[in-house]
Amino acid sequence: MKTLLKGGRLINPNTQTDAVMDILIEDDVIRAIEPNISIQDATTVIQLTPEHWVTPGLVDLHVHFRDPGQSAKETTGTGSKAAAAGGYTSVCVMPNTQPVIDNLQTLDYVNNVIQNDAVINVYPSAAVTKGQIGEELTEMISLVKRGVVAFTDDGHCVMNANIMQLALRYAAMVEVPIICHAEDTHLSAKGCMNEGYHATLLGLPGIPNTAESVIVARDIELARFTGGRVHFAHISTRESVDLIRRAKADGLQITAEVTPHHLVYTDAALSGYDTDFKMHPPLRAEVDRQALINGLLDGTIDAIASDHAPHTPDEKTLTMDHAPNGTIGLETSLGVILTHFYQNQLLRPIEIIQRMSTQPAQCFNLPAGELAVGMPADIAVIDPNLCWTVDPKRFESKSRNSCFKGNNLIGKAIATFVAGQNVYADPTFEALKQTQLMAV
Amino acid sequence: MPSPTATLTQAPEAVWHRRHVIDSALLSRAEVEEVLRTAKTFASILARPIKKVPTLRGKVVANVFYEDSTRTRTSFELAAKYLSADTVNFSVATSSVKKGESLLDTAQTLVAMGIDAMVIRHGSSGVCHQLAQTFGDKLAIINAGDGTHEHPTQGLLDLYSILERVPSVEGLKIVIVGDIAHSRVARSNIHLLSLFGADVHVVAPSTLLPAGLEKLPCTAHHNLEAALEGADIVMGLRLQLERQKSGLIPSLSEYAKYYGITRERLALCCKPSTIVMHPGPMNRGVEISSDIADDPHRSIITHQVTSGVAIRMALLYLVLTIGNGGSSNENIA
Repeated sequence: MKTLLKGGRLINPNTQTDAVMDILIEDDVIRAIEPNISIQDATTVIQLTPEHWVTPGLVDLHVHFRDPGQSAKETTGTGSKAAAAGGYTSVCVMPNTQPVIDNLQTLDYVNNVIQNDAVINVYPSAAVTKGQIGEELTEMISLVKRGVVAFTDDGHCVMNANIMQLALRYAAMVEVPIICHAEDTHLSAKGCMNEGYHATLLGLPGIPNTAESVIVARDIELARFTGGRVHFAHISTRESVDLIRRAKADGLQITAEVTPHHLVYTDAALSGYDTDFKMHPPLRAEVDRQALINGLLDGTIDAIASDHAPHTPDEKTLTMDHAPNGTIGLETSLGVILTHFYQNQLLRPIEIIQRMSTQPAQCFNLPAGELAVGMPADIAVIDPNLCWTVDPKRFESKSRNSCFKGNNLIGKAIATFVAGQNVYADPTFEALKQTQLMAV
Repeated sequence: MPSPTATLTQAPEAVWHRRHVIDSALLSRAEVEEVLRTAKTFASILARPIKKVPTLRGKVVANVFYEDSTRTRTSFELAAKYLSADTVNFSVATSSVKKGESLLDTAQTLVAMGIDAMVIRHGSSGVCHQLAQTFGDKLAIINAGDGTHEHPTQGLLDLYSILERVPSVEGLKIVIVGDIAHSRVARSNIHLLSLFGADVHVVAPSTLLPAGLEKLPCTAHHNLEAALEGADIVMGLRLQLERQKSGLIPSLSEYAKYYGITRERLALCCKPSTIVMHPGPMNRGVEISSDIADDPHRSIITHQVTSGVAIRMALLYLVLTIGNGGSSNENIA
């Protein structure tokens, strides 16, 4: 089986390629990347135009598939289908499941489900501490040997600085990063939105910027001291951006991600008490949002991650103080970023693919994020000018809690290939395939 | 601004179109004036030997209280009864409410039983918004205090009580003293008093002043004496006694010493005419001393309670009669 994607705009950050180029997929790998590959070489030819981007499949370092334990919210099957529909071919799942992924047995279950149900590459992370309660380290060496790519108590912060320091030292032996969910829980306390004018107006308890920045500062110093690798998840404040920028200038092994919702929304979005805008960390003030954008543009922030956090409607209709945190994002991230950063000419196409594929893969050493002959054919085909309206009812995800509901977006993945398999095709891509069939 | 008495005789155009009273921040000056005018009319009923008019006969008002509140609930209940509405009280002990999940179900149940209006008090900010989102115009909703968000009927009755004493609040210096960070009463008062041109000041230890206050129409202080200088009205707020445990204040006695409204402090900083208010219930000897609370010249605290019934009658009337030929005051009583 040979599929030829012909005439698209091939964008590959690793080789700094941004040019019209054909790409030939044979079975599960990329066989050739050249201008003008002969159609004689292919069994299926899909004729694209230079308006279509052909890119390495997107990589999301931060998703919650709720597997095991909370299949009403999401499963590995539905989560991975949502990812495929968003142009993703590789994701890293968070371990705050029920039970927590903190031991080999649970990890084996997760690996098994991934093997059977996932339509894309799903990489597990595991907890830093047993039960994510911040006391004893997990068996990191054994877990890494069975496929764990990073450790995190995500959803919780490792509040004991000594445990975090030990974790960084230990994880450095197996050369994987510790993902830091930076939240000083004494400072965030019962807060359910950003501390400030809007929280005061709404009468909702606030979470100050310091709840994040004091932990970012702490963990930068711990990384400096131990030589360990820290990846900062979903950063939200201007202070965090500044701290990370300086730490990188000092040459530390620090990486960071930001979510589309923190790049697009501020705490003003909570004015209608819509719990789909309740996040941890919370949507911040406009000055923070601008700092995040600057951090993304100047390279301080390496990756865009969705923090895809599915919850059931029953949970999200609770009162603001009791509703769970988070929004789903796998099926909207690319559209949101293209709308706000490509259409507004803040980032060039190659810079977007860098931040949504190549660099995230590098953060966790994932075999992804590039197009190269002989590599698995993990590819996204993107129409950057396709206009669409976000309708959560049409999502592949099991959940509907999207803060982007109703947004009019420009740009979307129209096809996703994982190891040569066309795991997602938008109707416009289906039409291209049909055209080809008729021609034959 | 004309007093409610002055405008009462003119037949105003109906400016009230709301089914819900949730935030005072959303009310226009014309709407608030309509409420005050209507309340003025109803206040006269309270002075009659037979305190009952048939205005809301056949309507059912449910008082749904998820937090203890004897006075606000009683005030709403009497307001409804004086207007001949039937009332049901639905009190839920705090301990039995788990995570707020029963609220929508409770409301669905009561609506299915045919209630027309729901008066709700709840510990979570925003619940009235969420209910209004669900029920739309099918149910009239009055916020009797939601979390630390708003307590609009208290704000309205405070404004009404002040206007019973003075013709206008325009330019008056009104000082709100206490736990501003956690006070829904303070929020409603800041919105309403500033809407009517008052010069609103708030005072608290800096740990009890909320973030972003500088963008609200008020001036913040942490020194009570400085804030009280030249005040026309001083409003005390209830201090929740658990604030000490969460580290927000070192002790009740230090709080009382530096933030208590006392006779000496008023004599030192204020005019003889300065009025003192408090939404109740009071912690006597903490945020206010008894001699001031009971001072017949300065304190209008008991008067606030009476005004509360009139304001709540007005609001129940307005939200339950829109669409029934407007809210002209002529057919009230």
